[in-house]
Amino acid sequence: MSITVKFFASLRERVGHSEAVVDAAGPLTARDIWARVAGTQPMPPNTLVAVNLEYTAVDRPVRDGDEVAFFPPVTGG
Amino acid sequence: MAVELRSEIFDVGAELRRYQDAVLRARGKYGATVTFIGTMRDFNEGDAVQGMTLEYYPGMTEKHLHAISDEARRRWDVLDTLIIHRVGKILPDEPIVLVAVWSAHRAAAFDACRYLIEELKTRAPFWKQERLPDGMRWVEHNTPP
Repeated sequence: MSITVKFFASLRERVGHSEAVVDAAGPLTARDIWARVAGTQPMPPNTLVAVNLEYTAVDRPVRDGDEVAFFPPVTGG
Repeated sequence: MAVELRSEIFDVGAELRRYQDAVLRARGKYGATVTFIGTMRDFNEGDAVQGMTLEYYPGMTEKHLHAISDEARRRWDVLDTLIIHRVGKILPDEPIVLVAVWSAHRAAAFDACRYLIEELKTRAPFWKQERLPDGMRWVEHNTPP
C-alpha cells in the first residue's frame, strides 16, 4: 500500500522533510509510518496525528491511499 | 458562515462591514454581534518578538474551522459566523484572527464566539514561529485564556 506522509512546523524541521511517500505491505499504524519515515528520530510524546485531515490516535491502522500527518501542539489564534 | 485564510494584513472594521453588507443572510434579524480580535504582541515568554510566521495545514485547517463553525451553530441559536485567520509572515500590532458571531440576542453570540476562539486555539492546525533578535523560535504552547 502507498501512504502519503506530512510533517509540520518543528516536526518538519526535526525529521528533515515536509512530505514523503511510504510504500509498504500492511498492516501498519501511524506510529509504524513515523518509524519508516523518521528513522531514528523518536516521536515526541506530545505529537498530534491526523489521517485524511481528521485527528486520530497514533496506534490506529492506516489504509492504502491514506494521508498521515504528524505535527506538534497547535498555536494559532 | 465563512472561513477565510489570509496571507496579507486585513482591516477588521472593513471585513465586518463587508460581511454584514454583502454576505450575511440575517438582515433585520440580528440584535447582537460579538467579535474577538487576536492581535500579535511584541513580547512572549519574556523576550522581544519582532515578527512571526504562521504555518498551517492546507485542507485540514479550513476543514477544522468549518467543523467548529457548524458545531457552534448546532449548540447555540446563532445566525451566522465568520472566521478570518492570517497565515504567513505577520508583524506586531497586526490582527492574527477575527472571529465574529451574529445572533438575535447577546448570550448566544458571546457563548459561541468564546467557544470558537478557544476551539481554534486548542485544536486548529496553525503553528507560530517567532522571530527574536537572535533567531527563530517555534511557539510550543499557547498562553492560557
